[in-house]
Amino acid sequence: MSNSTYRIKGETGEWEVVIGLEVHAQITTNAKLFSGAATAFGAEPNTQVSLVDAAMPGMLPVPNRECVRQAVRTGMAIEAQINKYSRFDRKNYFYADLPQGYQISQLYHPIVGEGSLTIEADEKAGLPEAKVIGVERIHIEQDAGKLMHDQHPTMSYVDLNRSGVALMEIVSKPDMRSPAEAGAYVRKLRAILRYVGSCDGNMEEGSMRADVNVSVRKPGDEFGTRTETKNVNSVRFVMAVIEGEAKRQVALIESGGTVVQETRLYDPDRNETRSMRSKEDAHDYRYFPDPDLLPLELDDAFLAECRASLPELPDAKRDRYLGLGISAYNADVLTAEVEAARWFDTLLDAGAKGPTAANWVTSELFGALNRMGRDLTDSPVSPQQAAELLGLVADGTISGTIAKTVFEKMLESGDGAAAIVDREGLKQTSDTGAIEAEIAKILAANADKVEQYKGGKEALFGFFVGQTMKAMQGKANPQVVNELLKKALR
Amino acid sequence: MSIDQATVRKIASLARIAISDAEATAMEGELNGILGWVEQLGEVDVTGVEPMTAVIPNSLRLRDDVINADPLTGGNRRDDVLANAPAPQHGFFGVPKVIE
Repeated sequence: MSNSTYRIKGETGEWEVVIGLEVHAQITTNAKLFSGAATAFGAEPNTQVSLVDAAMPGMLPVPNRECVRQAVRTGMAIEAQINKYSRFDRKNYFYADLPQGYQISQLYHPIVGEGSLTIEADEKAGLPEAKVIGVERIHIEQDAGKLMHDQHPTMSYVDLNRSGVALMEIVSKPDMRSPAEAGAYVRKLRAILRYVGSCDGNMEEGSMRADVNVSVRKPGDEFGTRTETKNVNSVRFVMAVIEGEAKRQVALIESGGTVVQETRLYDPDRNETRSMRSKEDAHDYRYFPDPDLLPLELDDAFLAECRASLPELPDAKRDRYLGLGISAYNADVLTAEVEAARWFDTLLDAGAKGPTAANWVTSELFGALNRMGRDLTDSPVSPQQAAELLGLVADGTISGTIAKTVFEKMLESGDGAAAIVDREGLKQTSDTGAIEAEIAKILAANADKVEQYKGGKEALFGFFVGQTMKAMQGKANPQVVNELLKKALR
Repeated sequence: MSIDQATVRKIASLARIAISDAEATAMEGELNGILGWVEQLGEVDVTGVEPMTAVIPNSLRLRDDVINADPLTGGNRRDDVLANAPAPQHGFFGVPKVIE
């Protein structure tokens, strides 16, 4: 199944790395999983906490329908089995960020079963072939609160705003074999979540974080003992954890030690993981079905609504773009972020032609946005304005070179392309008389080069084209220039 | 199924309940009594019977995704939430330092 050639070189030979990821994705909702408190990021401490979230005695959880819907839609997006019967369980442990003394989760009967997603080949990133990564399950659970340890000499501060916010835990199969595969998996999963709208994928704000399971083995052997590094919050860190942890395990085994199944923490400043031994005892979670919650049973109408509301997903969109003649590279770039894909789709709807439009967006537009430090969501040029510009090139009104000038002026002034072309007199000319007159002057002024060209130095043709275009101030139709030059130089 | 002293102590520790030796001994007997009593249910043949979650036909109710629709289960009540906290600090719960 594995086609990765990623290996850790040890003293006793090469080792293969086996990786599984548990991604916690915050479900995009207004209210929490079991209460009406808000979920918005960055509020004043403990202002988005209901009596349910603070685990006051007698408060009962009532599930938020939207959380259920988004988990089901996410499952459908990875073509997973949707379980019409699921249940909530209590996972018991004591910690200051968990007022209930247990987390409501789904251990025995998760809402979503097995599915999969495909990571694309990316030669540069060390992914020679596309690969299907299995997803074991998705379940719904509560997030815990947030602890701050640096505000007081002897106390930790607890903010329960996040307590009770809905999470999806998306558990992969141990199908990944290199940091690159794991990075591609997280990026693809993030893209799917953002297309579906079930999670904003904002790793900096903690909306998406991964527990990274790593083990090593000699190629072909049984799985080794794994460690789990908790709460890794960027793609780069996920990849760093895998590389570091795999090397640590290989060194440990080769020096006669044994890998212990344990939970570890990643320290990005030192780029290393360390053991969380103090929590060892907490692994006895004493799961049992939550008596406050009946089983969650979904009917066909609900599932049909979930399916009908799914948008075109990244893989389908990429295939459609390829079908339009767009290059694989551009199709990947345009489908990676849902905002870019939506912007590009609007551009196509406005009449722009696929391959040309794709080239223009990925080079001209992205380049300009980059220079301005902006992104597509606050692009000064709308898809409709871009379509107008590309239309002027397509119908021969302006040349590609002039289009760059017009685009700059659009960015400066916010005016439409046609208006700028009219105002500045940038219309491309196919007036053969005017072009021939310029060509005649140029050939007369460069008689020596004409001789060389006729003597076989054909590379000089480009020089004549350049001189003619310059004389025409870039406004001559390049094709007409080519034809007329060929005729004149014959 | 029966449990021993060590199991009683482990359960107490996981539940963060301090118990004395005398209590642990008493608890061992009591817990085994409870387990034995519940184990009698094992004598009933439930082959082909679906697990029952409620004695009346009932299904899980869901709430709409609306913030603070019912003040009783909504947020924006920090003073209430912190009212019983022994050491509130600037809007946070203050707890003895817990750091890895």
